[in-house]
Amino acid sequence: MKKNILGLNPKDTKFLLIVVFLTLFTPILLQPFAAGSELAQFNGGYPDLMQKIAIFGIFAVGFNILFGLTGYLSFGHAAFLGIGSYAAVWMFKLLTMNVIPGILLAMVVSGLFAAAIGYVSLRRSGIYFSILTLAFAQMCYKMAYSVLTPLTNGETGLQLTLNDPRILDGAQQGSSLPVTNIFGLAMNSSYKVEALGRVFTFNVGFYFCAVIAILAFYVAIRLFRSPFGMMLRAVKSNQQRMTYTGLDPKPYTLAAFVISGMYAGLAGGLLAAMDPLAGADRMLWTASGEVVIMTILGGAGTLMGPVLGAGVIKYLENIFSKINEGVLHDWFSFLPDGVEDVVIWVFARFTGEGWHLTLGVTFMLVVTFLPGGLIEGLKRLASRIRNGSQKRDKYDDPDPEHRPDPGKRVAGE
Amino acid sequence: MTKTDLTRRRVLKSGAVAGAGLALPTMFTSGAYAFTNEPMGGTVTLGFNVPQSGPYADEGADELRAYQLAVEHLNGEGDGGMLNTFSSKALEGNGILGKKVDYVTGDTQTKSDAARASAKSMIEKDGAVMITGGSSSGVAVAVQGLCQEAGVIFMAGLTHSNDTTGKDKKANGFRHFFNAYMSGAALAPVLAARYGTDRKAYHLTADYTWGWTQEESIAAATEALGWQTVNKVRTPLGAGDFSSYITPVLQTDADVLILNHYGGDMVNSLTNAVQFGLRDKMVNGKQFEIVVPLFSRLMARGAGENIKGILGSTNWHWSLTDEGSQAFVKSFGTKYGFPPSQAAHTCYVQTLLYADAVARAGSFNPCAVVEALEGYEFDGLGNGPTLYRAEDHQCFKDVLVVRGKENPTSEFDLLEVVEITPAAQVTYAPDHPMFAGGALGECNAG
Repeated sequence: MKKNILGLNPKDTKFLLIVVFLTLFTPILLQPFAAGSELAQFNGGYPDLMQKIAIFGIFAVGFNILFGLTGYLSFGHAAFLGIGSYAAVWMFKLLTMNVIPGILLAMVVSGLFAAAIGYVSLRRSGIYFSILTLAFAQMCYKMAYSVLTPLTNGETGLQLTLNDPRILDGAQQGSSLPVTNIFGLAMNSSYKVEALGRVFTFNVGFYFCAVIAILAFYVAIRLFRSPFGMMLRAVKSNQQRMTYTGLDPKPYTLAAFVISGMYAGLAGGLLAAMDPLAGADRMLWTASGEVVIMTILGGAGTLMGPVLGAGVIKYLENIFSKINEGVLHDWFSFLPDGVEDVVIWVFARFTGEGWHLTLGVTFMLVVTFLPGGLIEGLKRLASRIRNGSQKRDKYDDPDPEHRPDPGKRVAGE
Repeated sequence: MTKTDLTRRRVLKSGAVAGAGLALPTMFTSGAYAFTNEPMGGTVTLGFNVPQSGPYADEGADELRAYQLAVEHLNGEGDGGMLNTFSSKALEGNGILGKKVDYVTGDTQTKSDAARASAKSMIEKDGAVMITGGSSSGVAVAVQGLCQEAGVIFMAGLTHSNDTTGKDKKANGFRHFFNAYMSGAALAPVLAARYGTDRKAYHLTADYTWGWTQEESIAAATEALGWQTVNKVRTPLGAGDFSSYITPVLQTDADVLILNHYGGDMVNSLTNAVQFGLRDKMVNGKQFEIVVPLFSRLMARGAGENIKGILGSTNWHWSLTDEGSQAFVKSFGTKYGFPPSQAAHTCYVQTLLYADAVARAGSFNPCAVVEALEGYEFDGLGNGPTLYRAEDHQCFKDVLVVRGKENPTSEFDLLEVVEITPAAQVTYAPDHPMFAGGALGECNAG
């Protein structure tokens, strides 16, 4: 098959371009409602949320390299996220506020930790592997929380102070804390455009994350399509058969584990670059569980799924949790009093602090009706549109003999 | 088919180029606003960032009630509460500078990360010009740093660590609540009078910034009396069960247990300590005693019977009889049906102080607000004459030493005031060693 300069076939190139387009236009796409309108509550186009979506997208893409390809379910990936954050903040404290060294160190350190943890954990598979990774992550959390307090500042979290050395930045200017930057361009500077009654915020930090996310995504595509990716799929489909053919799966799984740990470290470093604080809570098992849910919600083993899952979860977390009873009151004030109270009570369970319930219900529906995740839903929708709405059932297979498709490579994109 | 594919791709490519073009002007920061989130319309938005889950959720719920009450009073609804007793008359009950006060809420989960994320979204999405709240010093320190960077004012809620206005103080951050040093200084004379000067103390401490400074302060104050410190043990925040920390106490010859815990943690550790029979013990020929340096009514309610007779300190109590306290208790009680906690009080006061500073300065600009609050003396807000010290943005006022009431008359009447320690006795120099190592820096207007 013909490949272009990026080493991708035309289908993947188109796919990558769509991703590039979606990422770069996020500030516009997430701001669909006019400012001041009733629906402005649902706008998500502010820097913090957009950065989080890009960063957790990277995290989930990396997690998917391990889970989606090899089938090894790590329940301790947040440890690498936290380690990356601590490494990056230390770099901001000691060396420079330029984010590049911090992010590089974050990837290196988390890669080392991943190699050590992976070496031990990968001796087992299935549930034992998951438990081992969970145990290691909880150990990292506990250490960061109390034992290593001088290094991590415990519960308060590691923060910048005025008297940090920052040797490369030279003398401290003024008496306020410096901000993270890339060669002088501050991460928190934004350019606001008012158009069509909406305020679009183009933020340096977000575009920095977006560019890295696109790179990370590109690397993931190449990995999925490479012989190495094929090996990882072989581990997932039948490890025993793989060993019988004389292949040792261990180096492949360990490599996948380290790569995915470095993706997590990169995400952690970026989190610190956007907001120079590293807290131990980032490593808690709930954070590890979150990335598993992101991946499964979006579609494990697919390229786009984890990113989609990360976006949906971060959006729900930030937007739904902001809808308090006061807001609900405004929405339903047209209803008669008694009815209004009941309606508000019901909705309040699903919004504000109750946003987890919304997430839970969504997750349940997706897993039950779309086992392939949201991405499967989108695919079904696309084929509906393309082929019209004729009724299909499982006996109505366009290819009943399952002939191999010469153009088709491996399943899973 | 091929043709449409090609054009679609071309469209995408040109889209990507346009995207890159749009990304370029980001090097210019927005110049439309004079400072971060300058309120343009008829309303001004305040951000209330409180724990709605986690070990301090009770405090958070009460803080939110106080904030809602403060917003009502600022907008001229309700009975006006402490606005009527406040020594400054700059506020007229028509919002702040004529702008109606609006608010957004967020959940800190008592975690630094979550608290910062929630404060960030209030600043970036909702345009909050001031952030207030928090029931944990770790969170307060983290959010205070964020507000400094973002260029908005932070009015700390319940935070008792020395660091908040010590080593981690920030120009944009202000604290009305008292601190660990003040607790130690106020408690020590009372402890000496009741338990003598020859005691051996064992500390259990919540393992984060507040616990550390609380332990340091109370240990220094008691050691100055002649007490010995037997051991200091750190316990994780939100541990739930403290039995494994209580049993080692029995192995030592300590005769006082100091619980540097707060909220749900204190309720649990005190309950465990009482279950292990510590309070009935005689050590070294003296009655074993328990001290809880930072007390609140919500904790007293959680601990029930176990709190009776235990000494501690508090920022404010609803049973105070001054005009301001009574006005606040009355309007809070009318709205919610029970008296406010000290957390509610400090949050309500902070909101009023912010609004008043804006009104006096005539501007929402954080730097103007900082100037108006620094060195400001006021009265009528429940704590007597109070000073917002310019050097560290800490309020100096009287501190209450309280004791769990032996015969409570209602479920709210759980604490009795033993002594009101005058402000002069708890005042310290801004460069006191427990507060050294930080700098306010300059105010940041974004």
